[in-house]
Amino acid sequence: MAQIRIENLRKSFDQFTAVEGSTFTIDDGTFFAMLGPSGCGKTTTLRMIAGLELPTEGKILLDGEDVTFHRAAARDIAFVFQLFALYPHMNVGENIGFPLKCQGMARREIRERVQETARMLRIEHLLSSKTSKLSGGDRQRVALGRAMVRRPKAFLMDEPLGALDAEFRHLMCGELRDLHDRIKATTVYVTHDQLEAMSMADQIAVMNKGRVEQIGTPQEVYDRPASMFVADFIGSPPMNFLRFEGGLRSGDRAVSFHDTRLAVPEIREDRANAPLALGVRPEHIRFADAGAVRGEVFGAEYLGTTQIVTIDTAYGRVAARLSSSASVRIGENIGLEFNAERLALFDIGSGLAIRTANGEGPRHG
Amino acid sequence: MTAAATKSTAHSIVEASPRAKAFASGLVILYAVITILPLLWIVATAFKSQSDAIAYPPKVIFEPTLEGYVNLFTVRTRQTPDFIAKLPPPQTWYDKLVRQRDMVIAGPSKVVPRFVNSLIIGFGSTFLAVFLGTLAAYAFSRFRIPLADDLLFFILSTRMMPPVAVAIPIYLMYRQLNLTDTRLGMILLYTAVNVSLAVWLLKGFIDEIPREYEEAALVDGYTRLQALRKVVLPQAVTGIAATAIFCLIFSWNEYAFAVLLTSGEAQTMPPFIPFIIGEGGQDWPAVAAATTLFVVPIVMFTVLLRKHLLRGITFGAVRK
Repeated sequence: MAQIRIENLRKSFDQFTAVEGSTFTIDDGTFFAMLGPSGCGKTTTLRMIAGLELPTEGKILLDGEDVTFHRAAARDIAFVFQLFALYPHMNVGENIGFPLKCQGMARREIRERVQETARMLRIEHLLSSKTSKLSGGDRQRVALGRAMVRRPKAFLMDEPLGALDAEFRHLMCGELRDLHDRIKATTVYVTHDQLEAMSMADQIAVMNKGRVEQIGTPQEVYDRPASMFVADFIGSPPMNFLRFEGGLRSGDRAVSFHDTRLAVPEIREDRANAPLALGVRPEHIRFADAGAVRGEVFGAEYLGTTQIVTIDTAYGRVAARLSSSASVRIGENIGLEFNAERLALFDIGSGLAIRTANGEGPRHG
Repeated sequence: MTAAATKSTAHSIVEASPRAKAFASGLVILYAVITILPLLWIVATAFKSQSDAIAYPPKVIFEPTLEGYVNLFTVRTRQTPDFIAKLPPPQTWYDKLVRQRDMVIAGPSKVVPRFVNSLIIGFGSTFLAVFLGTLAAYAFSRFRIPLADDLLFFILSTRMMPPVAVAIPIYLMYRQLNLTDTRLGMILLYTAVNVSLAVWLLKGFIDEIPREYEEAALVDGYTRLQALRKVVLPQAVTGIAATAIFCLIFSWNEYAFAVLLTSGEAQTMPPFIPFIIGEGGQDWPAVAAATTLFVVPIVMFTVLLRKHLLRGITFGAVRK
């Protein structure tokens, strides 16, 4: 098991820069998710860690050893692909044993290790089946088995659940996390699905346009987003942004929002007059007649225990998560109240969070 | 919706109607007859006697004889009946057959060495073209190659004219290099013509193999070449087989260059067959016998690889 350190890693293809100078450390045994929209550079970063792509600049250290230009095979890491990449001309057992065969291990030992791995993944009964006959979930288990059998320093997974249907994905999420807890291997997991990242990862790196926007635990990333991008990307529906213009003074506990004052967490930095955005998670909005922001109910989406109510306000459309027992009439004029301690402030110009008692603003590992 | 569209359809829209099926089978049978009949005629002619072969109207029923084959494999001389009578009795059935026509066998003909030439040149150039083509196609498919599109176009452009168009420059070149009438020369020539086809065909096949397979192998401990051999090639077998058949068919049947560049040592079957001369002109049964034998290897090769060929020709049509 190993610690992975990325230093100023950059990768460009001709004119296009896929990954821009990211630096971070993945601690030994961490389940580390790289989350972002497609084309944000997360897969390229992963492929560079694996050695399938060479960086344009920067370093990759595995347990302190510089492996930037080592062959993939010399890094002792395992890679799980989105399409599983099971060799169609081999059966399940041969697929799982393949990495050991590459290493030239004795046949008897390979068989034992394959058995052991299959037992862990509960696919012993499939060992002599053809891979083409397997269900999506079983293929995924075989792919995991092929990764595990070698007991590598780290697992790299590129959207491993992306090809599964929703129901199965949920099940595999649980299995993957469970597996991680048992073998405690450093895992780097690339996904564009925030639910996967939030439910499995110890640490999440949110990436955008080749840059790491924020690294933190799922709670940190959700509660204290470092940028508007993170706030918008994570959470469903995403954080609401209410635009206003104003200056900020360190120590203030309220801001001038258009013609009213709104309570916010204590501000920790001074700012000259600039376009700002107030960030509110849907669950931190309440209906209150005395609310400073008023609007008209536009629609409601029933979700079982909660409902998402969209309200047209003078500052844009806002989504609120209310208990589904609350009765809402479309077209109704209502006042909105925000949970002051949980609000976030963003500088629209840079897109970065402003430091408050709730969040320390942008931080980079 | 128009009235026609709302009318219910009695027949299935995915299953062909019996009439359509009958029509389709009829067409296929007709096509088979048209293509197979000449072949059958050749096979039959090989077993006819000289006079039956050129009889008019053509004879469909005839007394089969192996004379054609004997003539193909031997060189014979005509002798007087007195001379033949003085000879010791014939040792073998073919001696006997020949003597009935007042001839004696003077020695073996050149058909065997010509056939061997065809085998060596045909399979040799096919192997080389497919081998080089696979490597090139893999590189074009997987690596970022500067000017890859231009290079591929350049490779394709070598097929934009009939190869014979460059016959004279090649002849002059080969003479300079002492490659005329050598097996090596013919192998190189056919390889050069086939390799462009091989690169293009195989690139298509290799493009279809997901990169993840070799990447998985690379991560698991293989080098690039090992991954190519153990992971990519087994999956490209279909494409390689199809390409090999196309290459072999070309180099096996090629006539123009063979006539121009080979005359003795390296002569292949195609220029040899038309010049099998008997007494008083073309020895048709022997020509037919040679043609029959000539077709056999390629039929065998195709039948052996048939399964791959079928999948190969329709590659890309249906995604797995």
